Amino acid sequence: MDRVKRQLAPYLLILPGGLWLLLFFVVPMVAMLSLSLQQGDVVNGYRFTFHWQNYTEAIEAYNTQLIRSLIYGVIATIILIILAFPVAYWIAFYGGKRKSTYLFLLLLPFFVSFVLRTISWRQILTDDGPVLSPLKSIGLLPESYHILGTAPAVICGLVYNFLPFMVLPVYVALERIDPRVVEAARDLYANPATSFRKVILPLALPGVFAGVLMSFVPVSSDYVNSEVLGSSSTTMIGQVIQKQYLNNSDYPTASALSFILMAVLLVGIFAYARALGTEDVMKVAAR
Amino acid sequence: MTTPQHAAFSGQPPGVTANGTPAIRFAGVHKNYLSHGESVPAVKPMDLAIGQGEFFSLLGPSGCGKTTTMRMIAGFEEPSGGKVYLDGQDVTGVAPNKRDVNMVFQSYALFPHLNTYQNVAFGLERKKVGKADIKRRVGEMLDIVSLTGMEKRQPREMSGGQQQRVALARALVNHPRALLLDEPLGALDLKLRQQMQIELKRIQREVGITFVYVTHDQGEALTMSDRIAVMNAGVIEQLGSPREIYERPATRFVAGFIGTSNLVDGHVDRCENGHALLSYTAQDRVVVPVGSSVRPGDKIEVSVRPEKIDLHRGVPPVASTGGSVLSGVVNEVVYHGTSTNYTVATAAGADFTVFDQNASNAEDLADRGDRVFLTWAPQHSYMIGV
Repeated sequence: MDRVKRQLAPYLLILPGGLWLLLFFVVPMVAMLSLSLQQGDVVNGYRFTFHWQNYTEAIEAYNTQLIRSLIYGVIATIILIILAFPVAYWIAFYGGKRKSTYLFLLLLPFFVSFVLRTISWRQILTDDGPVLSPLKSIGLLPESYHILGTAPAVICGLVYNFLPFMVLPVYVALERIDPRVVEAARDLYANPATSFRKVILPLALPGVFAGVLMSFVPVSSDYVNSEVLGSSSTTMIGQVIQKQYLNNSDYPTASALSFILMAVLLVGIFAYARALGTEDVMKVAAR
Repeated sequence: MTTPQHAAFSGQPPGVTANGTPAIRFAGVHKNYLSHGESVPAVKPMDLAIGQGEFFSLLGPSGCGKTTTMRMIAGFEEPSGGKVYLDGQDVTGVAPNKRDVNMVFQSYALFPHLNTYQNVAFGLERKKVGKADIKRRVGEMLDIVSLTGMEKRQPREMSGGQQQRVALARALVNHPRALLLDEPLGALDLKLRQQMQIELKRIQREVGITFVYVTHDQGEALTMSDRIAVMNAGVIEQLGSPREIYERPATRFVAGFIGTSNLVDGHVDRCENGHALLSYTAQDRVVVPVGSSVRPGDKIEVSVRPEKIDLHRGVPPVASTGGSVLSGVVNEVVYHGTSTNYTVATAAGADFTVFDQNASNAEDLADRGDRVFLTWAPQHSYMIGV
């Protein structure tokens, strides 16, 4: 009897979490899958008919926005790595006793609502805002120059909003590096650049890998930054899904697009993980 | 104990070899740290010469400056003043990667992302040694540290002792001018530590490289070293062979830190034939060899090792009348198998520790409360600087 209990214990322990996932993940997924295969309109209602054309039609109509989202995602993720690595590096190696203070300062802006922060970027990037007007007044930029409504503005917003998603995992990886291992590299005739390339970077790569996973997905499916900072020429797939669902009540198309986005991101991430799995990353970098 | 190499030391200033150039030399080197805006000395001005091929230990309690001293040799700390020479060359201010010394770190600090081979080859690769040469030298070195066949293992797949050997091989493979070892055996269990002590000594003889060994373990330093520098509070209190350090501790600190010492002080009653006599009662006296500067009436401190003392029940043999005699009462008896340790409250006021070998008469042990006499020969008393 005791043995049966002991064997059951782990299953009982995962029961609450399992139920939660079933209720709030699996059920909506199935509902959405069913929605994506329905046919009809808002007035007469939708009916399940295995209408696969929803998918082909959605791809045909919105492939521009889908590809644009992925491109924005890739660019923003690359910029994120470039910006986040030095920040994480500095905090991890030079933060001393104030490491947690610096991390807190980094996260402080993110206590404000996502949308509000994005709107404040609108103030920053506006034509007579604090960035453009001084540059224009000293003649560095032409009077007609504007950034709001363009792809760079959207990417700026994306990078800003997802910075902690990259800084934190990279920081964790760097912070775990034993300083004596870096000293050992210096002791074994590596100059500072070589010890960075041969020791610090390979040991930090798992963190970068995790950071990419954590930021690329939400960046690519974001629907706020382009709405607030962009224009019709920067529409991202997240906006399309939102509009189809909330404004046009075209649930089947919105659901089909959601599944397409999810599939594309999953394929992308699996390909990325295959190409740069943590173990292999370290081996490649060690060469 | 003394290899032919070290025979060259006799009659010369310590640490200087036949060709006159020490492997490592400190000239007035000192190091201050800034702490709360105040400059705190970690190492006070120090002159030091470590000979070629010598096994040299820096021994002291934590915070005594031994690790800082070593890190100044490696180049991880720059001295606040003074000069560091390697093989006669001034390397003060030279970056660690440009110094021809290698270090074995306390927790090994192996590269966790590299396997054994890659760890050991790291230094040679930086020095742009040819691939075939690297392969040969790494192979030879792994053979010396008995790790052949472990080339592909990652550090986390190896035991502490094996990681220790990788760290040693990784440093030695570069044939450095000196190998610096920072408490390298601290993380190993006792059995393995004793094994590695013997092995380190063997490897050092085999490769003939100068070893600078930082430790707080006096047993380790005494077993392995050619010379020991005992450090305390940023100062070398005594520098000498293990035997000198043990038999003739120069200061109260050294006497207490190395092994067990019995310390007793008193006023000199009279001096004769280079010996001072300290009387406590009619029969209790300590005889100690002294220099000519000691005069009757001076207060001096005398140290004597526990194993040099004979413990007698009843009346002391007449033969020992030329040496020291102290009477006392046994406070504590601890039986250790090969020996018995006594704590005796003596008439001189100090508690004495006595190690008595259980050679023949193990039944003839003194008991707690027994009245005993402690005797030892004059040459085993040692006056120490206070």
